[in-house]
Amino acid sequence: MEQPPIKKISIILSKATIENAYAAMIMAHGARSEGIEANLFFTFFGLEVITKDKLKDLRVATVGNPAMHIPSLVGILPGMQALGTKMMKKQMEKLDVPDIDEFLEMLDAEGVKFYACKMTYDMFNLQKEDLWEGVSDVVTVGNFYQLAGGDNSEIVFV
Amino acid sequence: MQKTYLGKQLEVDENGHLVNPEDWSKEIASAIAKDMGIELTDKHWELIEYLRKEAENNESMSIRKVGKSGIVTIKEFYNLFPRGPLKNASKIAGLPKPESCL
Repeated sequence: MEQPPIKKISIILSKATIENAYAAMIMAHGARSEGIEANLFFTFFGLEVITKDKLKDLRVATVGNPAMHIPSLVGILPGMQALGTKMMKKQMEKLDVPDIDEFLEMLDAEGVKFYACKMTYDMFNLQKEDLWEGVSDVVTVGNFYQLAGGDNSEIVFV
Repeated sequence: MQKTYLGKQLEVDENGHLVNPEDWSKEIASAIAKDMGIELTDKHWELIEYLRKEAENNESMSIRKVGKSGIVTIKEFYNLFPRGPLKNASKIAGLPKPESCL
């Protein structure tokens, strides 16, 4: 039996590591390219991805990340995070994945909607002008659930 | 799987893309587009030709690449081929569904 197609996907990004940011963004892009509506909701450290002075400086997690296959004690050494980030960016470039800032612009052009979490926004003492221009609104969790609603809608937490 | 365009029974895959490249013609492209509710304009044709040429040269394709082609912006691409621009443009161009996640 054929499954009813997903109509809308709302992705919550709660982390500011570059690998998580890319995961959320690639999923949002993939949704739009299949004709699926896509929302991105940025909460806790995920908010850095849409904070103007932070978004170009996202890093790979080299500590507490078993998939790095290096001991955490090595991961804490100076320069390791920069090295890991550089390697990942190089791989991403090979796959034609844009940098975070270009990726945000691309998703915006594709009609993805961006929302900042109100509580985190207040917690970090942010102002509207601190956020990247493509952000539609600063919303509460309740508002987010309303935005995420509808038939065949899914919520994904990254 | 088969689908009838302009009175011809053509072999298509499960996503509706033509299986045999030799079945494609401009008339068939227009018929596929019409079936999807798209009336092809000059801009559509420019993109279809671009996609076919890139595919001929075995170049991989992505929405980002189309946005950098100089033919359309990403936004315009979505307007020309709604509900999945690269997928739908490829279908009209007689090409397989793109494999890339981008």
